[in-house]
Amino acid sequence: MSLEGAGTLFRKELLRFWKVGFQTVAAPVLTAMLYLLIFAHVLEDRVQVYPGVGYTSFLIPGLVMMSVLQNAFANSSSSLIQSKITGNLVFLLVTPLDHRAWYVAYVGASVVRGLAVGAGVLAVTVWFVPLRMAEPAWIVVFALLGAALLGSLGLVAGLWAEKFDQMAAFQNFIIVPMTFLSGVFYSVNSLPGIWFTVSHFNPFFYMIDGFRRGFFGVSDISPWTSLAVVAGAFVGVAALTLRLLASGYKLRV
Amino acid sequence: MPAVRFDNVTKVFPGVHGTRALDGVSFDIEAGEFFGLLGPNGAGKTTLISVLAGLARATSGRVTVMGHDVVDDFAAARKSLGIVPQELVFDPFFNVRETLRIQSGYFGVRRNDDWIDELLAHLGLEDKALANMRQLSGGMKRRVLVAQALVHKPPVIVLDEPTAGVDVELRQSLWGFVARLNREGHTVLLTTHYLEEAEALAGRIAMLKHGRIVALDRTSALLARAASTMLRFKTDDALPPGLAAQARVTGRIVQLRARDAGEVEHHLAALRSAGVHVEELEIGHADLEDVFVEIMHREPAAAPAGAAA
Repeated sequence: MSLEGAGTLFRKELLRFWKVGFQTVAAPVLTAMLYLLIFAHVLEDRVQVYPGVGYTSFLIPGLVMMSVLQNAFANSSSSLIQSKITGNLVFLLVTPLDHRAWYVAYVGASVVRGLAVGAGVLAVTVWFVPLRMAEPAWIVVFALLGAALLGSLGLVAGLWAEKFDQMAAFQNFIIVPMTFLSGVFYSVNSLPGIWFTVSHFNPFFYMIDGFRRGFFGVSDISPWTSLAVVAGAFVGVAALTLRLLASGYKLRV
Repeated sequence: MPAVRFDNVTKVFPGVHGTRALDGVSFDIEAGEFFGLLGPNGAGKTTLISVLAGLARATSGRVTVMGHDVVDDFAAARKSLGIVPQELVFDPFFNVRETLRIQSGYFGVRRNDDWIDELLAHLGLEDKALANMRQLSGGMKRRVLVAQALVHKPPVIVLDEPTAGVDVELRQSLWGFVARLNREGHTVLLTTHYLEEAEALAGRIAMLKHGRIVALDRTSALLARAASTMLRFKTDDALPPGLAAQARVTGRIVQLRARDAGEVEHHLAALRSAGVHVEELEIGHADLEDVFVEIMHREPAAAPAGAAA
């Protein structure tokens, strides 16, 4: 793998979203803020998930992680589909870059975008309620792994989709429901039986729960279990993505 | 070692009819050659170039660039190739200099600004270096595509219909530049619809029809093959049936082949006795277009199964 080549693609991907940072970073931070204002206003006095943790405090880590995940996905998927549809992907296809270089660059830039938005959300929301970080290592581990997993999933979606509406369907019918139903806004322990069980099949639940553990030191399930699930999902999706890239799936006819 | 070698390249696109876009194409392009690849739309020119560039994969057969296999040793093969794509594509996020720096970086070439400046100067893009790609006219975008293909100084340059929809001035300057690169030792592979361009520039020409090579020779030899006289004139009248069968008619312009002076006289007599009013009569040599039309009509190329003729 050419380091210079992969580095160039990584920098190009960073520049791509940074040049439209208002739309790719500022807008999702604002969206998360609106969720916080509305849900915290309605639920602050009614819901207490963990003892001694107010609803607003409970909500913030979930919103941060949701923003990390959705934006990591959005970065690689939208970059790839745009290049495919406008045709400028040909500039990359004629280069000596191999599938590993593509993977590292696209997923790396997705992680940076996800973390940038997550940091933005955290920086803004932290003014509302004091937030402690009981076990910060979990915050870092789950943010990185989750962003890499979603960046990788974004690559798969970008490779698969041939039209913008297919991409929108992937995002609206898979990514958004899975993030919303992952326990961002509630603890899955409060769910009735069947939905409690279903939630445990959602890998996003483990990412949110493990990430939140880093803030409060308590979680619905052991962070080690969450780590195993998320790491396993990442390895699986990464292997799939690398295989699709190496085979030239929908890239080279 | 040839600069490019196509060895029995076949490409079948999957589908109901299994369209055979390339059918056993074999030829070499020697280092330093200016090679023309001609053929009607759908003949397989772009597919052949896509296989060469790694944008498509051959169903069978082998392609090498400077001795490097385009599949097994794709990195080395692609470093030796500069492709100017047919479509006017660009990345709207970047300006011209950024575009060229990025393309350079993909090929592992750092700190390439001296060469980028030279490319910008030769292609008349100096004052556009900081302009966003979106703001450029079609002709300017085409120049950037050429610069992008050359940014890593490839020994082999491939131009796929580079002058389609380009104004006369740019065509002239583009050909001046490409001819210079060829003199400096670059191998050039050109596909074009403008046959006079191929005739003027290419030392050797291959003609492709239904995915097969139907002619491959030195340009001069191809022209000599049709070393006949062409009778050209304009008319509004219908030609007598005997002549209509052999004439090539473009609007009011009629072209008739003649082997010798006797046949010229014969044609003219036939026109006169049929009462055809002839304007702007010229007698000249056949050009590449005449050779092309003749070959495309004459050479039996097996039509691929299910493909429209």
